[in-house]
Amino acid sequence: MDLYRSHVLVCGGTGCVSSESMKIIESFETELAKHNIEKEIKVVKTGCFGLCEAGPIVIVYPEGAFYSMIKVSDVPLIVEEHLLKGRIVTDLLYKDHTTDETMNSIDDVGFYKKQQRVALRNCGVINPEIIEEYIAYDGYQALAKVLTEMTPDEVVDIIKRSGLRGRGGGGFPTGLKWEFTQKAPGDIKYVACNADEGDPGAFMDRSVLEGDPHAIVEAMTIAGYAVGACKGFVYVRAEYPIAVKRLQIAIDQAKENGLLGDDIFGTGYGFDMEIRLGAGAFVCGEETALIASIEGKRGMPKVRPPFPAIKGIFDKPTLLNNVETFANITQIILKGADWFAGIGTEKSKGTKVFALAGKINNTGLLEIPMGTTLRETIYEVGGGIPNGKAFKAVQTGGPSGGCIPAEYLDTPIDYDNLISLGSMMGSGGMIVLDEDNCMVDVARFFLDFTEEESCGKCTPCREGTKRMHELLDKIVEGKGTMDDVAKLETLAKTIKGASLCGLGQTAPNPVLSTLKYFRHEYEAHVNDKKCPAGVCQALLQYLVIDDLCKKCGICAAKCPVNCISGVKGKEIYHIDQERCIKCGACLVACPFKAIKKG
Amino acid sequence: MAKEFLTEENFQKLDEVILRHKNRQGALMPVLQEAQDIFGCLPIEVQRQISEGIKIPMSEIYGVVTFYSQFTLEPKGEYTISICMGTACYVRGAKPMVEKVAEMLGIAPGETSADAKFSLVATRCIGACGLAPILTVNEDVYGRLTLEDIPGIVEKYQKEGS
Amino acid sequence: MKSIAELEAIRKKAQDSVKLRSERDGIRVVVGMATCGIAAGARPVMMALVEEVSKRQLKNVVVTQTGCIGACRLEPMVEVYQGDEKVTYVKLTPEDARKIVAEHLVNGHIVKECTIGAYEK
Repeated sequence: MDLYRSHVLVCGGTGCVSSESMKIIESFETELAKHNIEKEIKVVKTGCFGLCEAGPIVIVYPEGAFYSMIKVSDVPLIVEEHLLKGRIVTDLLYKDHTTDETMNSIDDVGFYKKQQRVALRNCGVINPEIIEEYIAYDGYQALAKVLTEMTPDEVVDIIKRSGLRGRGGGGFPTGLKWEFTQKAPGDIKYVACNADEGDPGAFMDRSVLEGDPHAIVEAMTIAGYAVGACKGFVYVRAEYPIAVKRLQIAIDQAKENGLLGDDIFGTGYGFDMEIRLGAGAFVCGEETALIASIEGKRGMPKVRPPFPAIKGIFDKPTLLNNVETFANITQIILKGADWFAGIGTEKSKGTKVFALAGKINNTGLLEIPMGTTLRETIYEVGGGIPNGKAFKAVQTGGPSGGCIPAEYLDTPIDYDNLISLGSMMGSGGMIVLDEDNCMVDVARFFLDFTEEESCGKCTPCREGTKRMHELLDKIVEGKGTMDDVAKLETLAKTIKGASLCGLGQTAPNPVLSTLKYFRHEYEAHVNDKKCPAGVCQALLQYLVIDDLCKKCGICAAKCPVNCISGVKGKEIYHIDQERCIKCGACLVACPFKAIKKG
Repeated sequence: MAKEFLTEENFQKLDEVILRHKNRQGALMPVLQEAQDIFGCLPIEVQRQISEGIKIPMSEIYGVVTFYSQFTLEPKGEYTISICMGTACYVRGAKPMVEKVAEMLGIAPGETSADAKFSLVATRCIGACGLAPILTVNEDVYGRLTLEDIPGIVEKYQKEGS
Repeated sequence: MKSIAELEAIRKKAQDSVKLRSERDGIRVVVGMATCGIAAGARPVMMALVEEVSKRQLKNVVVTQTGCIGACRLEPMVEVYQGDEKVTYVKLTPEDARKIVAEHLVNGHIVKECTIGAYEK
């Protein structure tokens, strides 16, 4: 095997691929060849490093130099200076938002300091398309241990004792799910992996599949052994082409190496798996709907019980776990239940991956121990709010979650705390909102989403989300009454209680939580006909600030409906509110900042 | 642009796909996905062939095709402009971008222009939240956008091939 | 894969190729690779070091490069860091480099005749 003196790791996650990381890899290869050092330096395409905000990211080992926002045109300089002459190009190194210091090594970056990587341990470290690299980092050791040293009961037991709970949203104890499936009567059983990551703003499952696909293959094989299944399905949404491709490569490599198929490690146990693609239906993330979709039907949920553990895919007992849940399995087997249970809080063990986005400096993927507070996550790991704006709320759990205001920032994050705040863990999306976001508008955004994604099977969800959406439309247009707000609340509670599946039961959460913490914003929309954040178009007014107006007439010239009057050089300009279409062209055009939005 | 994609050659390819999946449990979804790759969409003629091939009633196939948003009965435009309306993009101003593109192309989200050149889609999160707001034109990705960037991007594709 | 021994063999072999990314201690061999160093023949020295280390499967050795060490007249220069200790070798040929790997890195004997101390005398 060739030995290299330097490794150049380039992020091949979707975020960085969108910003040309593939071209950066090519450019490294040509530049290295140009200097005849391609045999000394290895270029590795890895999975997501997590700090997407700073992408595309390049890390050079052994120094661990952490380059961020690299352009193709920067590559020759890195090759010439760093790789040829050994001088780190400090100008291109990542700069920390909080300290503004240039960071030499990935280990020094504030974003990574508080993190503890279990599920993401290999993302950004190995080349996901090479099985040997996974094996080098103890890959398939857990499978070997399980198949040769443990009985299925012992495997279920260790997962139960670890305290791992489902990472897809519900937080159901994983070990119990395994036990139910194991005990369910039947010769044929299945293991399925839910990779239908539909929550807007959540992309941890994609990152695991892209950055460490073998971890899923290995964990599913272990699960199969534990519950007595010999076939696995991974249901991936079709919007994730890179993840699908890498997972397929991993499955093929595992088969070639005899880590999937008949008689693994000569133990007589056999397991096989295949990928099934989704086709763009959010509800398929719900387990019974996902099963229907794998069976080739419309992805509609069913009444439970019977639970999938008893009657799942093709009516056989099925163990269904989410990608991130599976990503923890091998570590629990190798390091023990006590190690895992030692991380986190009393009822939520281990770590959780969050996708941090919205109004935050370090957008990206982070993995923190359960029990880390929201404040630490947003300010220390996330680097705070950009442009000196004030924090307003953090939205967790996607369309099923709620908005948590500033007074609860010191809450430790775990399943139960988030639920008691009216939100939920969900799949781990975490969207930060600042003073410029209108909470009524945010609630409406999520209702727009759930209304469209409701499958239509049960009435409370199908009709209820539509009516809630209409009421919210009325309020943001300034036509709402306090009676509408009361109706909204009653409706939300009814939908929560009466819907068939998780989608409907949680769809009202964005409305209920904003009503609870930001009722004053609803009242401002209804009573004062004002949007405090200045988002809702219908309630906006553009006004000329008389003191600042220089009577230049530029605004009047730009106005598409000629509703601004005044006399150039003589008379202050004035906007006719009746005719104004609130396009904002005047605000942008005014060179003296004499027009305000209010 | 009458249904010129319904060629004999394409139907032959479809037969191969059906043959490959025929005896698999839950074959319908993979067959539909591959059929859409071949034809670009799933009109009734294609659905009929699948129905006969894998012995699933037309009613059921039509139900599945219309349930999932990725399946389409009509062909898409040459360029599909997808604007991400995920939460991260939304809070960073994706909505005015959709409106701007819609205005420039004269079509609403979900529609295809009369000359079959553009389709506009307001899509769900594509997971590149670090680059929000983001839009894609076929395979090309444009991230960290501002409203001012939109006309330039749309015009670039309007000029291409015309 | 029919046995765990097979998996272990792949792991051992593959670990060599990725260890650069996790290992921070052990021995660091630093080659001066600024313009002066390259002009004086640092590249063949570096190649010899990399080859020799790889051939002997030394697990705790990292060969890396640096800029100008500051004594251009003594190039090609190589510095070996181990713990707090540093040894500076000067005016090396590829043969010297192989000898340093064999003597110093493997057996722990400093190759006295190549050190800066010997040369300066």
